[in-house]
Amino acid sequence: MAVKRTDPMAYQPGMAMIASDIRDKVLINVDNYDYSKVSARDVEEALKKNHLSLEDYGALLSPAATPYLEEMAKKAIIETRRYFGNSIGLFTPLYIANYCENNCVYCGFNCKNKIRRGKLSRAEMESELEAIAKTGLTEILILTGESRHHSGVEYIGAAVKLAAEYFATVGIEIYPLNADEYAYLKKCGADFVSVYQETYNLDKYQQVHLSGPKRVFPYRFDAQERALMGGMRGVSFGALLGLDDFRKDAFATGLHAFFIQQKYPHAEIGFSTPRLRPFINNANNNPNDVHEQQLLQVMLAYRLLMPFAGITISTRERAGFRDHVIGMVATKISAGVRVGVGGHEQEEKGDEQFEISDPRSVTEVHQMILNRGLQPVYRDYIRV
Amino acid sequence: MTDQLVIGGHPFNSRFILGSGKFSLEIVKAVIENGGAEIVTLALRRANLGGEENILDYIPLNVTLLPNTSGARTAEEAVKIARLAREINCGNFVKVEVIRDSKYLFPDNYETIKATEILAKDGFVVLPYMYPDLNVARDLVSAGAAAVMPLAAPIGSNKGLSTRDFIEILVNEIAVPIIVDAGIGRPSQACEAMEMGVDAVMCNTAVATAKNIPLMARAFGQAIESGRNAYLAGLGRVLTEAEASSPLTGFLED
Repeated sequence: MAVKRTDPMAYQPGMAMIASDIRDKVLINVDNYDYSKVSARDVEEALKKNHLSLEDYGALLSPAATPYLEEMAKKAIIETRRYFGNSIGLFTPLYIANYCENNCVYCGFNCKNKIRRGKLSRAEMESELEAIAKTGLTEILILTGESRHHSGVEYIGAAVKLAAEYFATVGIEIYPLNADEYAYLKKCGADFVSVYQETYNLDKYQQVHLSGPKRVFPYRFDAQERALMGGMRGVSFGALLGLDDFRKDAFATGLHAFFIQQKYPHAEIGFSTPRLRPFINNANNNPNDVHEQQLLQVMLAYRLLMPFAGITISTRERAGFRDHVIGMVATKISAGVRVGVGGHEQEEKGDEQFEISDPRSVTEVHQMILNRGLQPVYRDYIRV
Repeated sequence: MTDQLVIGGHPFNSRFILGSGKFSLEIVKAVIENGGAEIVTLALRRANLGGEENILDYIPLNVTLLPNTSGARTAEEAVKIARLAREINCGNFVKVEVIRDSKYLFPDNYETIKATEILAKDGFVVLPYMYPDLNVARDLVSAGAAAVMPLAAPIGSNKGLSTRDFIEILVNEIAVPIIVDAGIGRPSQACEAMEMGVDAVMCNTAVATAKNIPLMARAFGQAIESGRNAYLAGLGRVLTEAEASSPLTGFLED
């Protein structure tokens, strides 16, 4: 039975449009990016430079750069230390709700999935925040599924206000908002916004985001810009690597951040690198599979394109990988992570979005950072 | 002979200002002692009062704290951060840092002048981080700056005295101490800055990223002292002028 799907370029009611040429600039460059044409010589030239051109950046993401991973890492570690010294920021996410109105085929929160749904009450939020604050963390990331009905902007605002009482830094990873709504959450105490485009290939995007507000590609694309217009201090970018051609998606992600930074030079820029894992028994079958080697290549390319950007390493990756990328390329690591709704103090009220591979506590991650000769940083922000 | 650095009426024997926050806190004390630093900067945003890894717990009490306003994008935000620093007993010194460029981290001179004026009137000893521009330096002095801190090169670049010619102009023209900040990568570059006549050198990344951090702090301390002595000894003339052993024009007869 054929289902008629909506146009992914058409805005839904309530979604404000902003004037911006960034999407066009990113997509044109991505269209013209052909990594199969990159030669070893191009990679070597890119590695010689202090400031990468967009072509150089594309070269570092190409298959031709694979034999140069070690060189890229050597260059990346210098850049990372230059901007961040030995510091590694610590934070944890708190899922306050997992209701979702989107039908995204790859996601555990998919509205068609029969999972346990829930959201935290004010009292539950408070006990969760208190429990997290007791671990010594001062940075928190508040997350929800995408449901304006169950977890509206006011509900999120109330959570942010509470979180700001316990934490120096409050970030949000929620559904895209209009600029005035971002301004409201900024006033409540949130300063950083993460929105992941998942894939920058519109065809793929509409194949995997079947319905719901997330189906609207341009509204999601402009979220970071609206957040900055709303006064947020920093924005994070990410593609779900492996969903489509990861090289093109990583190229697009870097360009998206690059053009935002050019237009908003004060903005703090961050990257996350979630990936879909290749099927183990299918290894090497698909050139677009994102194994650890490819994941690292993407992270290194982000670092060399934007040496000043924060890069977060997720608990989706195993401890051994996380421990080695901090200080070299990643600058921020989560610890004591629960990905169900709540679960730090209360019993979880809803199921997880994905499984984590590194369940270590804050104390354990802290010790690991010290063991690697790095400095755990709990606080690096003043709300002014 | 006493050769002291005087900032806002406060005398210091060391001309090495150490940046903190980029290396492990357990060695902060050793690094300070090795470098002989008497002034240590810290980012107030890193101060985690009563919490884990609070840098203030690691800095010895006999050191003068120079909290900076990093994170501020406007004069108003810098003023707020400086006042917070005073509230948590970081003293009266403040390094004004107003940056609204996340890529190069260049100081915004205009906002810096505004913040300096407000804070100096409020009783702070203000050391503004600035892009070395003579007019701005003059305005900063008029606004009440106790010293000015021109950048040698982009922060963390370890490139040395990229702005040498402009800093030299400040050395010649500005009455308050000139403290070179940012971009110094090697002890020899710190020495070169001191030979040129700057009053002090502030250094962070170059020390923090060394293999042996306390030893590198010592190297910087010695280089800065050495450069200062060379300046006092009048080395500049030897370096910049050819001096023949007998007069070049001595052959002239009438």
